[in-house]
Amino acid sequence: MIKVENLTKRYAGQTAIQDLNFEVGQGEIMGFLGPNGAGKTTTMRILAGFMPATSGRATIAGFDIFEQSLQARTRLGYMPEHVPLYNDMRVTEYLDYRAALKGVPYRRIAERVGDVKELCGVKDVEKKIIGALSKGYRQRVGLADALLHEPDLLILDEPTIGLDPNQIRQVRELIKNLGRQHTILLSTHILPEVEMTCSRVIIIHKGRIEACDTPENLLSQLRQAGGVVLEAKVGKDNGAEELKKISVVRDVATDVDGEWKIFSLRVESGADVREEVFRLATARRWTVRELTQRRATLEDVFVEITHADEVERLSI
Amino acid sequence: MRKFYTLLSREVRSYFYSPIAYIVLVFFLLVSGVDFYFQISFMNQRPVPYSVQEAFFNSVFFWFAFVLIFPLITMRLFAEEFKLGTIEPLMTAPVRDWQVVLSKFFGALVFYIVLWVPTAFYFGIFQYATGHTASGSSGAYWGSYLMLLLLGMFYLSVGCLASVVTKNQIIAAIISFCAITLLFFLGLVQFILLDVSSATRDLLGYFSALEHMGTFSRGVIDTRPIVLYLSMTVVMLTLTHQAFQSRKWRL
Repeated sequence: MIKVENLTKRYAGQTAIQDLNFEVGQGEIMGFLGPNGAGKTTTMRILAGFMPATSGRATIAGFDIFEQSLQARTRLGYMPEHVPLYNDMRVTEYLDYRAALKGVPYRRIAERVGDVKELCGVKDVEKKIIGALSKGYRQRVGLADALLHEPDLLILDEPTIGLDPNQIRQVRELIKNLGRQHTILLSTHILPEVEMTCSRVIIIHKGRIEACDTPENLLSQLRQAGGVVLEAKVGKDNGAEELKKISVVRDVATDVDGEWKIFSLRVESGADVREEVFRLATARRWTVRELTQRRATLEDVFVEITHADEVERLSI
Repeated sequence: MRKFYTLLSREVRSYFYSPIAYIVLVFFLLVSGVDFYFQISFMNQRPVPYSVQEAFFNSVFFWFAFVLIFPLITMRLFAEEFKLGTIEPLMTAPVRDWQVVLSKFFGALVFYIVLWVPTAFYFGIFQYATGHTASGSSGAYWGSYLMLLLLGMFYLSVGCLASVVTKNQIIAAIISFCAITLLFFLGLVQFILLDVSSATRDLLGYFSALEHMGTFSRGVIDTRPIVLYLSMTVVMLTLTHQAFQSRKWRL
């Protein structure tokens, strides 16, 4: 659905994105992750046909986004960051206007506008002036707009930013449902959201793609995939030294909470050391109040990839 | 064509969403009404060699209101879209740049025409109340309104260009106000600077809106100003289109 080859964008002397290459297949929900200023919005704007790239190629449904911009734009629905809308129009009026602009046939406009209002839950504010809407409703009007012409591809730039937890949950459900009929490329900061909704993830950092895989694969490739937390009274023992003797344990961090010690064990990928820890604790007669496996999250992957160079710099 | 009409209808409607439209309409009606009243009361005092209609379109009041309305009409056209960011959903919809530029220009032109419609009634009311016609010939009406349309198109296109180069509406208004006033005064030079050569004065006379209005409001339809204003409008709109496209490499 999307094919991007060597896409590069330079602003006056500054490279926003560098040699991006990726593909998004039909029916995929692709998550686009990266710290602020990594080039997410730039990439999405280029794909949406809002601005040209410095070099490289991108096609949407087989149409070149630069050469056949109009055809490509007809096939995609784009929701920009912060959802700019005409504040002086009413919701239904705005959607009618957008539908006509996107080439929805006149006799189908009422039907389509009704459908997207239903789908995005803006029916109860349809007569309101957009300027008077809350952030959550604006977001939904933006999403409704993107869906109007039944595009094959949806590009959503931070669809859940600024929403409260309930609204985030609703939007997430909506996106999941939309993923059944549409291909979706979405960017976000909220990592659990990506794990729950996306079939694949691209992590972009400083204008380059650092990782592109399914969330599961990314987690399994993580150098330190999760670990174990142990809270225990260890008496006179040096708990950390004892724990390090377990073969797959790479590192132990210790915190103190009164007479309790909290050990965070980092282990090699895929290993579960709870049994060994339990045996060690019983052998040394430690009193244990908690022993939990902490599962690695996409957040760990994200931090590892985007912080790697900063950590290196700090350690020098 | 359908997309152009969709855009145009939004442009026209958007004027009437904002209070600016009503302020401009009221201000304009007030000034033109006062103009009309003063011309008639002046004529009541002494005989003059011109008609009410001629006087109306050539008075100081008229020109004062005339140069002021264009920045007010055009300042928001593009600047507001840039400021609000609505340019992004607009240009990612399948529309062409020229459709957007032309719809904004013609949207402004429609509003400008709406502004002038009430003045046509003044002459009707005059005729009804006094039993005299307001002008020497019907051609004079046609000439005046044709010149209004031509000048309007040109000045509106200047305003479009001013609005497309900035995202600040105030700056857009100042640029177009200065440009239009300057163009207007260029025509006045021939009356002010008496020491310029007659050739220069004649040359400047070709660009004088005052002169053109003077001829057209007598009912003399001269093709030279028609060509001038139409071609200048095309030039300004072409420049606007170019400047609008430049956002792609400026971003």
